[in-house]
Order: sequence, then C-alpha cells, then structure tokens
Amino acid sequence: MTNDDTAPVRAAEPAKEPPPATVPAPGGPAEASAAEAPAEEAAPLLEARGVSRHYPARHSGRLGRRAVVHAVDDVSLALHRGRITAVVGESGSGKSTIARVLARLEPPTKGELLLDGRPVGRARGSAFRRYLGQVQMIFQDPFASLNPFHTVEHHLARPLRLHGSYGGKAEVHAEVLRLLERVSLTPAEQFARKRPHELSGGQRQRVSIARALAVRPEVLLADEPVSMLDVSIRLGVLNLLRALGHEDGLALLYITHDIASARYFADSVQVMYAGRLVEGGPAEAVTQTPAHPYTQLLIDSAPDPDRRAAVTGERAERLGEAPDLAAPPSGCRFHPRCPLAMPVCRETAPPHFPAPGSPPEDGHWAACWLHAPDRQDRHDDQQPMTTGRR
Amino acid sequence: MAATATLATATEPGGAEPPAKRRLALLRSGKALTGVLIFGSFVLLAVIGPYIAPDDPSKTGGPVLQSPSADHLLGTTQSGQDVLSQILVGARTSMLVGFVAATFATALAVLIGVTAGYLGGWADEALSMLTNIFLVIPALPLTIVLTGYLKDGGWFPIAVVISVTGWAFGARLLRAQTLSLRNRDYIKAARAVGERPWRIITVELVPNLGAIIISGFLFTFIFAILTEASLSFLGLGSLTTWSWGTTLYWAQNSSAFTTGSWWWYVPPGLCIALVGASLSLINFGADELLNPRLSPAARRAKRKERRAAAAAAAAGKDGVR
Repeated sequence: MTNDDTAPVRAAEPAKEPPPATVPAPGGPAEASAAEAPAEEAAPLLEARGVSRHYPARHSGRLGRRAVVHAVDDVSLALHRGRITAVVGESGSGKSTIARVLARLEPPTKGELLLDGRPVGRARGSAFRRYLGQVQMIFQDPFASLNPFHTVEHHLARPLRLHGSYGGKAEVHAEVLRLLERVSLTPAEQFARKRPHELSGGQRQRVSIARALAVRPEVLLADEPVSMLDVSIRLGVLNLLRALGHEDGLALLYITHDIASARYFADSVQVMYAGRLVEGGPAEAVTQTPAHPYTQLLIDSAPDPDRRAAVTGERAERLGEAPDLAAPPSGCRFHPRCPLAMPVCRETAPPHFPAPGSPPEDGHWAACWLHAPDRQDRHDDQQPMTTGRR
Repeated sequence: MAATATLATATEPGGAEPPAKRRLALLRSGKALTGVLIFGSFVLLAVIGPYIAPDDPSKTGGPVLQSPSADHLLGTTQSGQDVLSQILVGARTSMLVGFVAATFATALAVLIGVTAGYLGGWADEALSMLTNIFLVIPALPLTIVLTGYLKDGGWFPIAVVISVTGWAFGARLLRAQTLSLRNRDYIKAARAVGERPWRIITVELVPNLGAIIISGFLFTFIFAILTEASLSFLGLGSLTTWSWGTTLYWAQNSSAFTTGSWWWYVPPGLCIALVGASLSLINFGADELLNPRLSPAARRAKRKERRAAAAAAAAGKDGVR
C-alpha cells in the first residue's frame, strides 16, 4: 500500500495528522527535516503518567481490611509515532493491565493518560469515541477475541461504520476487502464470508489486526499478539505488524514475556516487574547491556544456544517465585529475589537512574540502587553480570 | 497465504455454503425433522382446526358415549358432543396459550437475565433478588389463585399468568451465561472498538445465548400447554373456551376413565404428549445445530476415531505379546 491510497480518506478526517515523519514521505520537504530529529525528542503520541491500577481482591486482607491487588503501580510510558515500544515481563507482572488501561477498557486508579499531549477525559461520549478512533488494541487470544456468531465481514465492518465516513454498504464492503488484503487474507471475498471457527489461529489474529486497523488508528496496542499462536507462524504475524506499523506510521505497543522477540521487534524496551517498570531504553541497549538485576536474570533465563548451559541453570534457579501483589514487598519489589540486594533496597523504592555502560543520550535507565550516582564506586565491582554484553 | 486459504476451504466444506443452506441445516437432523413435522401439523391444526371441525364442540344431543365411527371419527361424549370437534377447536387454544406464554416468558427472561448479568453491581443484585423470589414462589398455587380471578377472560389471561410465573428459571440461566460471556475478549473487543452497550448486548451477546433462549422458549411452550391443561383439568381454566384440558376435565368429570371411554380422554392426552415430544425433538436438533460437536457427523467421526484407537491399542498389545 502506498500513501496515495489513503490520501482521500485521510483528507476526510481532519482530526488525523498527515503521514508521520518517520515514514519517508514523498514530496514533503518540510517533513524531511523533522525525520532527522531523534524520535525521543518528538512529543509522544500517547503517554501514561504515573499510572496505577489496583483491583479489590476477592478475599479480605489482614484485620478484615479489604485487600488490594497492586497490578500496576506508578508506571510512566510514552509511545511515539512510527516506533515500536515493547513492555517485557513475566506473567502477572501487570503488563496486560497496562494495555487494558491504555485501551480504556479499565480506568486507571491513579495517574493520567495524555493523547497528543492533552489529558484524556472520561470514558464516555464523543471524546471517548474519538480516543478509540485513535487508539486500538489487538487481543492476546485470537480464539476468544472474535465473536463466534459473526462473520469476518461483520467484525471489520463495525469499526468502519462506527468511526469511518462511508457512503453505503458497497463502500464498506470494498474497505473490508482492502483490509483483508492488507493482512494477507486472500482471496478476501472468501475470507469475508467466513466465521471465526473456520479460520486457523494465525488467520484469526490477522482478522483481529485488520479490525484494529479498520478505524485507522495512530496507536496500536498489541497484548502478546503472538503468544497463543503456533511458533511457526509467529514471525509472519510479527513481521506483518511491523510492516503495517511502518506503513501507517503507527505508535505500536508490543507487550510480551519474550525478551528475545522484543529485541528483534521493538525499538525500545521497558522491563516490568511486579507492577512496576524496572528498566527501559533502546532495545539493543536494554538487551545487550542490561543494568537491572532482574533484566539480567530475565535474559539469562531465555534459552540462547550461544551461552553455556551451566550459567543459565544456576541463574534461573535464583528467580524463585513472583511476589504477591496484594502485599507487595517494601522498597524495591525485586529485593526478595535479587542476588545483589542491599539494605536500602528493602526500605526505599529506587528512582530511575541512568544506566552505566550506555551513552546518556540513549535514555537507558534502570530503577536500581546499584546505579545511584553516589554509589558509583561500589557498583563497578558488583557488576559482573553483564553476560549479555558482546 | 493463498495456499492456506485453499487448504481451509478444502478441509471445511461447511464454510463456503450459502446462508440459505445453513438455515435449512436444522432439517438435516432426523430428530429435528420429525419434531418439526409433528409440531408443524399441530400448528396447522391450530390455524384451520375450528374451520374443519365437523360440528360445534359444545352442541349436545347426538348419540351418547359412542366409540369412534364413520359419523363421529373420535366418538362422542356423555352429552353427545363430538370429540374430534373438541380436539380440533381446542388445538387453537392450547397452542396459542403455549406460544403466547412462551413468548412473554422468554422475553422477560432475556430482558431481566441478560440485563442483570451484563450490568452487574446493584442492578444485578436487585434483578437477581426478583428472579429468586419468583423461583421460590410455588408456581401452580399462584397460577390457580391468579386464574381464579380471571376465570371468564378466556385463554389470554391464563397465558399471561403462566408467563409471569414461568420466566424466572430461564432468567437465572441467562444471567449465569451472560456473566461468563461478558468477560470474553470479543465483548471487550467490541467495547474497545466503541460499540454502545445496548448494541453490544443485542448484537454481540444475545446471539451467543441463542441455544439457551431457544431451548428456554421450547421448554416454556411445553410447560405452558401442560399448565393450561392442568388448570383446565382441575376445572380452574376457562370453561367457556375449548382446550385439550377442558376436554380432559369433562372426561374426568363424567367418569370416562372408569367407564372405559378411551376415545374421550386418549386423543387430548396424546395431542399434549405429541406436542411436548415434538418440541423436545426440535430442541435436540437445535442443540446439534448450535453446538457443532453434537452434530451426527461429528459423533460418527468420534465413534470412528474411538474404534480406530481401540484397534490400534489391540494391535499394540498383540505386538507386545
């Protein structure tokens, strides 16, 4: 697809921005200079500031008080046009909750969301609809995210009717076929008539992606989009997502438990542990020179034929159990499992420190007391764990 | 991708069927077809019965207590009324009571059950409370009391009373299923796309409750016919309109059971039983249609698979020996 195809439709939607700077736009000298600026400095398209999400637990806590599960605590995240941001974490770390909060399926308990620099309002009314027209989500389980009663055509036509300005049935149908072709479900005419149970997992996920793209969003939230798929087709779906993201200049949030795929797929990586972000930065820097002990263990526990097995096994054993989020550990939430825990880790949650080993302009940070500037002398000899560095 | 597409159509021929064929799929199951045929003939009777009845069902003066003959195909009653005419005229009342009561009760059950399940919170608490109250009220005594007041209103008040006492069970089932469905990803996805709650309920959720709604409707249909027959049999129904229950009431009142006048009480009883059986058969068929795993083809395949597995196991044992 070229930009020419979408031009008339985009013109019909004055709210949408012109094609983003990161896509080489033909005939846009003004945009060419913007493309040279580093993406970090551009204003984020969608931003979460200090977002927390707490759930009331079913069972009551000590002294009869109602326990609260701290699924997400004080998470700040910025999604930029044309860039893929990965959130990596183990199950139960709250990474899917972030996606649901950003998709406005759930309200944040604390903190605020900003779209294009403006705070988003309440989850109702026309402003809310406009938000959903800009931010769309791809669900994890393609076997659950499509209504078994409806055809593929229905799934794609609804968002078109809700958010697009299409003349009639024929126009909507043509757009449905175009969407199916974009996600390589051909012959499109045939797929449009099918029901979900007639499709394979990969095909369903492609329909799910097409549905999210139907509203021409600017932000795409992909909640473990390939984890339910067969290993052999994961790469195809990821490459499709990346290609579509680049074509439309989408800001893509890729949520995964697989740090290796995040390195392959994403521009920047944020590592999440027990509801908090513990490390973030450019994908290469985070995966090659991890600064937080948790990230290091996460990378060590991922199978890698290049590494000696002995180290992997020893490190993986130390990972132990994830904490109970109804009663999260004090201070740094990783300290009970951390091989390098210090007294201060038990008492105070660490702020974001610039990570050593990466140039400061990278924006690579870690929430770990090891990297506090006043302990610089000590952490140098305590950092033998950069096994990922090559 | 093109290769996978052709593969999918090759392995699943059901996918390419035009919608008209899908709709007729209900008739492909033998059970459902039998049910539809029986039920259809009773619907036909309900429509044309009063016009083809050979006699006025209330007209007395004919030969008394005659067994079936050419003049009176189903014999006569103690006061010389034609039983066939009573059955034909009564078919309309019984079927109408069943249909109207089932429609009202199902509508109430869907409205209250799905609303409670989808909204949750205090609305759920209140509606569940209401449902539970109606569940624990003994239905027949309440129906008797209510119809006692409405005795001369004909069949319609009876149908309304039956639907008011009979919706609660379906509502509970639908609430439970709605609770399970509303957290499915496809409902969340509809919300994430920006669908309004009312549309999510009617277009995305209720169709997936189809099997429960249909079986609830059929169940209430049988229940209503039986309740109407019981009320009439007890002499509590409307004695000015003829229904199968009324015929049974007069038969019982005139000791037809002890005098052996079978032509008087067997036909209405058989009609009620046949309608009930046909609705159950349709229900089985609808189940098979809505749950592909119950389809005859799927069951045959499963049986075949099991047999193959057993054969393989036997062969394996032989090999070990």
